[in-house]
Amino acid sequence: MADSTRTSLRPSEELVARPASGEGLPAPADADLRRYLPAIEPERRLNDWGRSERVEGVFDRYLLEFFYRYWFRVEVEGIENVPDTGGGLLVSNHAGALPPDAAMIGKAIKEEHPHPRPLNVTVEHFFKGYPGFSMLIPKIGCVAAHPANVHRLLYDEEQLVLVFPEGRKGTEKLYKDRYKLRRFGRGGFVEAAMRARAPIVPVCVVGAEEAAPIFAQVGLLRRLTGLIYFPITPTFPHLGPLGMLGYLPAKFRIRFLEPIEFPDEDMADDRGLVQSYAHDIRARIQENVFEMVEQRESVWFG
Amino acid sequence: MNSKRVLVTGISTYWGGRLAQALERDSEIEAIVGVDSRDPTRELDRTEFVKVGTQHALLRRIVEAAEIDTVIDTRLVPDSSVLKPSAAHENNVIGTMNILAACSGPNSTVRKFVFKSSAHYYGTAQDDPAFFTEAMRRPHPPTTPIERDIVEAEAAVADFADKNEDVSVTVMRFANVLGPDVETSHTKLFSLPAVPMILGFDPRYQFVHEDDVVAALKHGVEFELRGIFNVAADGVLALSEVAGLLGRPYAPILPPWGTGLAANVLSRLGVRVPPEMLSQLRFGRGLDNRKLKATRFEYRCTTRETVAKFAEYLRLSPILRGVQEPYRYEREVEDFLRWSPHVKNPAYRREGTLDPRQAFQLRKFLEEYDEGNGQSEAPPRAVRRSRTPKAKPAEPPAPPVAHYDDLEAEEVISLLGSLELADLEALREYERRAQARQPVIGAIESILARRAASSSHP
Repeated sequence: MADSTRTSLRPSEELVARPASGEGLPAPADADLRRYLPAIEPERRLNDWGRSERVEGVFDRYLLEFFYRYWFRVEVEGIENVPDTGGGLLVSNHAGALPPDAAMIGKAIKEEHPHPRPLNVTVEHFFKGYPGFSMLIPKIGCVAAHPANVHRLLYDEEQLVLVFPEGRKGTEKLYKDRYKLRRFGRGGFVEAAMRARAPIVPVCVVGAEEAAPIFAQVGLLRRLTGLIYFPITPTFPHLGPLGMLGYLPAKFRIRFLEPIEFPDEDMADDRGLVQSYAHDIRARIQENVFEMVEQRESVWFG
Repeated sequence: MNSKRVLVTGISTYWGGRLAQALERDSEIEAIVGVDSRDPTRELDRTEFVKVGTQHALLRRIVEAAEIDTVIDTRLVPDSSVLKPSAAHENNVIGTMNILAACSGPNSTVRKFVFKSSAHYYGTAQDDPAFFTEAMRRPHPPTTPIERDIVEAEAAVADFADKNEDVSVTVMRFANVLGPDVETSHTKLFSLPAVPMILGFDPRYQFVHEDDVVAALKHGVEFELRGIFNVAADGVLALSEVAGLLGRPYAPILPPWGTGLAANVLSRLGVRVPPEMLSQLRFGRGLDNRKLKATRFEYRCTTRETVAKFAEYLRLSPILRGVQEPYRYEREVEDFLRWSPHVKNPAYRREGTLDPRQAFQLRKFLEEYDEGNGQSEAPPRAVRRSRTPKAKPAEPPAPPVAHYDDLEAEEVISLLGSLELADLEALREYERRAQARQPVIGAIESILARRAASSSHP
């Protein structure tokens, strides 16, 4: 109850001077918000997306290293097509029960690229809602496949993003349909790249289909477990959840194709253009995948 | 538009009180009126408190009478553990509509409306983006009562903004608040010996420090920020990271399935986990705070620092408990201290505390005043902000000093204490004729009254 009087006010040095322009501020609507991104705090082990260098490092050392070098013996072509700086959208074909292709592409950039960069892998929203996955998935560099997330990563944070436009349709497909690319969504990934003015780098992966072949899908078990699909693979479900990691030692080949640039942001408004780009990219990947399968002499030895 | 006369609704909530205290320090604000249906919970200096609910007819009369130009609505309750759903609805939706009704109307003096909203507007869902921007809408309709209320209240505010284009409407959506003073569901949760989590989930969390909340609201008063702004500190932490900073183990005691049931059991044991928090514990939420930062607002704390500061407070709180008595508002005492001429103690009336710079200025004023007193010709000076034009004579007498009219009422008042009796009377005369600022005249009169009282009892 010290100085509760109407007339006596605090000494004037306590009065806060107001900035000169009190008349409202320049409209921030079209200002470049990129410079207002939060600064990186070195004390933190996680970034704002929940990515943990520590978990990623452990994952990399004990799992990916083994799979990359000795199990899949990955061979990489065209790594120079991955941009050194700025945003870049990697678009790849997708296969396998718990697809190993994303991890191998990320590892390939880390190992072979002259300027190794972290790769953000977009995954289904499903993972965010499933206990366990929900904890692990963001820590190893996966983000939910939301257009706003892709845009922020590509445009604002200028990072590399890997998308699988086939999505679930790609990983669900059975062994007999291997290397036949599914529909490329509705071209959302092309639109995202155009809006962010980031190049698209098509990626072809051969080997994932044989590493984790799916012989059947069991609809009833899928519904019971709440998973996005319930595949029958050589090791799953009879070896338990870890059976998902029971990959066969197929030889992996990854080919990064020439990037496609989008100079003009307004291109994204043209649905026809977006669709034709999506179609073209799918055709290029399909063509290259067939070529790589054709040249391959053995599934296991390449 | 510059805010000069502000009305703070919900003055008795933590935020209303804190904001009023911050505005009191701003010399540009000449009047602060606070309304609430309960007594203030924080000590207020020059804020006028009016005990009134959200009856729009009464509020409108206050707004009109005090010529309020800025209304800040801090009443919103974004936490369902504080109020019952029906009371929360009454406060959040009906109350907001009433306050908007009090601000609208063809002759309304209100030019700015600042609404304190909550990031619960966005909800939390599995298919959320990692960072909500202000332009985004929630992907699913609200599921919890509190979220429904917030969405409805914001719709009413948006409607008001559409219909009153000359009123600058600011909506601020605040992330979860942490801080030593404020009490929220999250501060209670983090005060537990372990941080409860849902098994298999490590949600992303963003906080904002209580001081930054007040600063952001004040920023909204100082500047004209039209539109919606997210207020959340830089950085999004995982809940496990938060637990680490707090130095508490995390306890995944809530099962991933049947979580609501388990939360019910927990609340019986005394750990309230409201439904909107439950979904946050599962999916988490991140906000894009860059739009507000682009208006030159600077956060004092990042999310990590906010949590770290809260952790410091938690370590101290067992020692500090009970040291400070909570503030109690007593209407009669407040009135006595504000208005009575018998209040003499300089601790309550600070007229004696002049720093050397002020004393020098004052001496200069007096000398110039003495010289200028005989002059009949007054400099033609436009009288600013004349609230009572009728009282103004056709030709104001000479000001005591050349730039007296430019002085703020508070600056004048702070100088009054060391004036001589005659000078005070002369100044009162001048002030009455020129600007007739009630606070100044009142201050002079109370000083005169006290001088008279003390001279009669030597």
